[in-house]
Amino acid sequence: MPESKTLGDRTRGMGEIVEVAGKVTELAPFGNTLAEMAASRPEIVGLTADMGRYSDILPFRDAHPDRFFNVGMAEQNLIMIAAGLSKVGKIAYCTTYSVFITRRAYDFVAIACAHSKANVKIFAGMPGLVNGYGATHQATEDLNMMRGIADLTIIDPCDATELKQVVRAVADIPGAVYVRNLRGKVPVELPADYRFEVGKAKVLKEGDGDTGIIATGYMSARALDAARIVAGEGRDVGVLHVGTIKPFDRAGVLEFARRHKRLIVAENHKTTGGLGTLVIEALYDAGICKPLSRIGLADGFFECGSQEYLEAKYQVDLPRFLEVIREG
Amino acid sequence: MELRNHPPSEPDVPALKARALNLRRKMMGMASGKGEGYIAQGLGIADCLAALYFHEMRHDPANPDWDGRDRFLLSTGHYSIAMYAVLAEAGYLDDGELPTYGLNGSALPMSTFDETVGVEIVGGSLGHGLGQAVGMAMGLRLDNSSARVFCEFSDGELDEGSTWEAAMGAATFKCDKLVALIDCNGIQADGPVTVAIEPVADKMRAFGFETYEINGNDMAALVEALAACREANGKPKAIVLRTTPGFGIPTIMARERAHFVRVGNDEWDSLIEELERENA
Repeated sequence: MPESKTLGDRTRGMGEIVEVAGKVTELAPFGNTLAEMAASRPEIVGLTADMGRYSDILPFRDAHPDRFFNVGMAEQNLIMIAAGLSKVGKIAYCTTYSVFITRRAYDFVAIACAHSKANVKIFAGMPGLVNGYGATHQATEDLNMMRGIADLTIIDPCDATELKQVVRAVADIPGAVYVRNLRGKVPVELPADYRFEVGKAKVLKEGDGDTGIIATGYMSARALDAARIVAGEGRDVGVLHVGTIKPFDRAGVLEFARRHKRLIVAENHKTTGGLGTLVIEALYDAGICKPLSRIGLADGFFECGSQEYLEAKYQVDLPRFLEVIREG
Repeated sequence: MELRNHPPSEPDVPALKARALNLRRKMMGMASGKGEGYIAQGLGIADCLAALYFHEMRHDPANPDWDGRDRFLLSTGHYSIAMYAVLAEAGYLDDGELPTYGLNGSALPMSTFDETVGVEIVGGSLGHGLGQAVGMAMGLRLDNSSARVFCEFSDGELDEGSTWEAAMGAATFKCDKLVALIDCNGIQADGPVTVAIEPVADKMRAFGFETYEINGNDMAALVEALAACREANGKPKAIVLRTTPGFGIPTIMARERAHFVRVGNDEWDSLIEELERENA
């Protein structure tokens, strides 16, 4: 089992996913990719609501200062300005924390962006428990909220490899997009030949047809870690990564589900309203009934603490994955 | 119709007043067809829209998506009746479409959608206009465009915090081609404006806007204030329009509850007659 870097009781720096010993990481994949691609795409602009440092957009600011705007702590205005920029031909990448976009600027995302099919690409930081500052900073219901908005694409990338592809891909996905951004030293988990496709779930590992894990975000990487560990116990677990939450790849999920006897759905989000709910709806609508376990957060507001502490306390850590797999 | 006039020629105030009367006629036609509507606000803003579309703004009804057009954002989506009137008067819409105002399946809904030709934003959720206008002004400047952005919003929308976020943004980003047109008609859904929004002009000045305050139903004052807003001096502009709901029809002007007007079918004809009589 990979060993977590010891942090004691300290909470980590704002919004950096926990760095695990032995794993390769890449620094600021979002900002560096955006800066690079914007060099040949003058229509790209970047915005933040006083969260430039903590959203990794600073490489873009440094490379393209004339196209970077910090609107201050004003998330409604962030989204309005981004929508306005898009309506005169720009592709507006904007950043702040997930909680502030979803809870403070919901109407503006729905009406000024999604309803107008505005080219606003929201990179929302610190999804789920990727933050030690408690419920004010933890977006644990953002997928539930955002999937209620029509014409909004929602993406929950697994790692640096996928995130970099997503940064490029969303520029050409028409309309508004919400991405759960990962910042800091982001682990490289997926193979170099992994290819993100919007709206397509990807089988990361084929199993023997007994247990299949359907996951999103960095929980897909945790599922792979767990699968590697239980392989030594004679269990061959399949892993499906649902990188796009909306539009939801119903066909891909059903195809994977049909090939497995029991399913585990894992997400860095509450177990209601997110991936778990989407999978169950799809299965029920298709008349499929199988044993299904959910790994995710119970309903509640979550306390402050290190990511390791919180993940263990709220049962989304690697030992929890192993426990659920071994139940089958 | 060629309206790519810029800089505008000398204003023809009588001609603009005649345009405003035409807008009011069109609005009364729409409201009487539907039997109800936000006619009081529409009649109040008619002069401003006539001044914009027939004098101040650079636009081309034959080419509604022309990149170089000045943008007009109607933040108060429920003023759609006025928007459709001016779009028809300018040639974006056919007069024949107007009777469908607010009817099921109409391209002219009670609250504006940006699918309607000539409509720039989805209005109606209040407090959405000014921020988008700021973004448009910033984007047009990046393209070295000389196009300007005019954003109408209401005194009621000053209740919305997003309007003030946007106002700070306009000054921060030096949007000097942005003109905020604040329709201060004193009414909102539940009656008179309730929150302490005054003094509006002082507040806009404090937020960094070069601000003018005029009678919004005085055409000569409108064209003069709009002309003063052309200067590229690094400051966003605001015109506080003191308008009278129902302007042009005394019976509506006198109504205590003018936010949403619903009168009997037999009364619309007499109100239309009153409009003609008052403006003869």
